[in-house]
Amino acid sequence: MSNLAPSAALAPALPVSASSGAAIELVGVNKWYGEFHVLKDINLRVHRGERIVICGPSGSGKSTMIRCINRLEEHQQGSIIVDGIELTNDLKRIDEIRREVGMCFQHFNLFPHLTILENLTLAPIWVRKMPKKDADELAMHFLRKVKIPEQANKYPGQLSGGQQQRVAIARALCMKPKIMLFDEPTSALDPEMVKEVLETMVSLAEEGMTMLCVTHEMGFARQVANRVIFMDAGQIIEMNEPEAFFSNPQHERTKLFLSQILGH
Amino acid sequence: MNLSSFIDVFHSWPSLLNGLAMTVMLTLVSSFLGVVLGTLCAWGSLRGPKALRWFIRGYVEFFRNTPFLGQIFFIFFGLPALGVKLDPVTAALVALTINLTAYACEIIRAGIEATPAGQFEAASSLGLKPAQAFFLVILPPAFQRVWPAMTSQLVIILLASALCSQISVAELSYEANMIASRTFRNFEAYIVVTVIYLGLAVLFREMLTWVGRRFVYGEFATVGQR
Ligand SMILES: Nc1ncnc2c1ncn2[C@@H]1O[C@H](COP(=O)(O)OP(=O)(O)OP(=O)(O)O)[C@@H](O)[C@H]1O
Ligand SMILES: [Mg+2]
Repeated sequence: MSNLAPSAALAPALPVSASSGAAIELVGVNKWYGEFHVLKDINLRVHRGERIVICGPSGSGKSTMIRCINRLEEHQQGSIIVDGIELTNDLKRIDEIRREVGMCFQHFNLFPHLTILENLTLAPIWVRKMPKKDADELAMHFLRKVKIPEQANKYPGQLSGGQQQRVAIARALCMKPKIMLFDEPTSALDPEMVKEVLETMVSLAEEGMTMLCVTHEMGFARQVANRVIFMDAGQIIEMNEPEAFFSNPQHERTKLFLSQILGH
Repeated sequence: MNLSSFIDVFHSWPSLLNGLAMTVMLTLVSSFLGVVLGTLCAWGSLRGPKALRWFIRGYVEFFRNTPFLGQIFFIFFGLPALGVKLDPVTAALVALTINLTAYACEIIRAGIEATPAGQFEAASSLGLKPAQAFFLVILPPAFQRVWPAMTSQLVIILLASALCSQISVAELSYEANMIASRTFRNFEAYIVVTVIYLGLAVLFREMLTWVGRRFVYGEFATVGQR
């Protein structure tokens, strides 16, 4: 686990104000891969500005769950409502939702044939129809934010893993998403690079971004999460505020899992 | 055979030059069309509706497993029976393009299949439409991956264009035949055109390497990409 520099105090768990509405709502979501029941009756309400960390053993369905939220995977039962829009097979709605939801992947998935700047401006230019000049300015703004403006004209292959992941975060931010999904953003990184990526994510959290983050970085969870979710075998087993989650896990499977990842 | 016997052949340089121009034209036009159509077929065969996929598969297998000479004869001599009459040059262009498209489709498809799924997912998650993702994100690295294979295939098309002489298209080897029968310098005439083909092929290969970097996939670093 990496020690993060102390940051400005984050807002405590958000007051649940009914009027603000949920950023994401999953109701009775089920998903199968063929015969294999990968998500089992998932219910989750994420409020605007809320930061949720999801952990659990390999194969428990963490990636599948967050990938359903921007329709990289399709669910078969139940409903998923993102920013007030229900996900259906309607392609227009899927496009709408994808414009509101940013995603970062374990392996960065930068486009190798485009420069860093072009990686960032591609979607603003082609999806938001932004003039190139404005897109460049926007991209430089976010590159400064993730602290690598000097890499703008390099290609992804010339950057370190930590730098690539920060570019991937900046690329998602250029679409001005209301929600950010992270799927193990630091688990492909060398330990010394984990910190710089987590710091970027912490500063995003401080700005009030709604975040769903699959990670086993428990220091990060303690520092920024409003709630921590534990998944196993396609189910949400336990969900609690970080303090309670870590100090007083309710379920045997959670205890076992925590002892395994905190143990070493 | 001595130098003077070559002189008879070189006396016919205007017809050699015409033949050369025709060969270059056939090669460039069919290469351009073949790569463009091959790309569309590759897309169709991977992402298109099922019927289209089957159609493309059938097309590709048919044209990769029959001799080019048979294909060109069918197009020139066979199609008129179906009411489509093409002049020799058009028939040659159609035959070369159809043949190359089949090979190009397979080459590009291999390049696309080697692209990690994460590239398409990243593009989708940014809101790009499938067609945008394909042409802006998936295709350029796929092209870079298979450009050496594509270059070889295009050189093969350059050499295969010699068979168009069989339907009396006045390209380089057709002119060689004419010179040979006019001067009775068979051997010399064929040596001269063979050397010209060699030079053309080397030049074409160089040009394609440059075109690839400049226009098709760009000069991005090939190291450390996922
Ligand atoms: N495309 C697919 N087809 C069939 N099964 C799949 C597919 N994708 C994932 N699975 C299976 O679904 C289960 C959940 O996968 P998922 O990737 O969501 O797990 P995870 O919790 O993210 O695991 P990890 O920590 O290893 O990333 C796994 O058992 C996996 O083998
Ligand atoms: Mg996963």
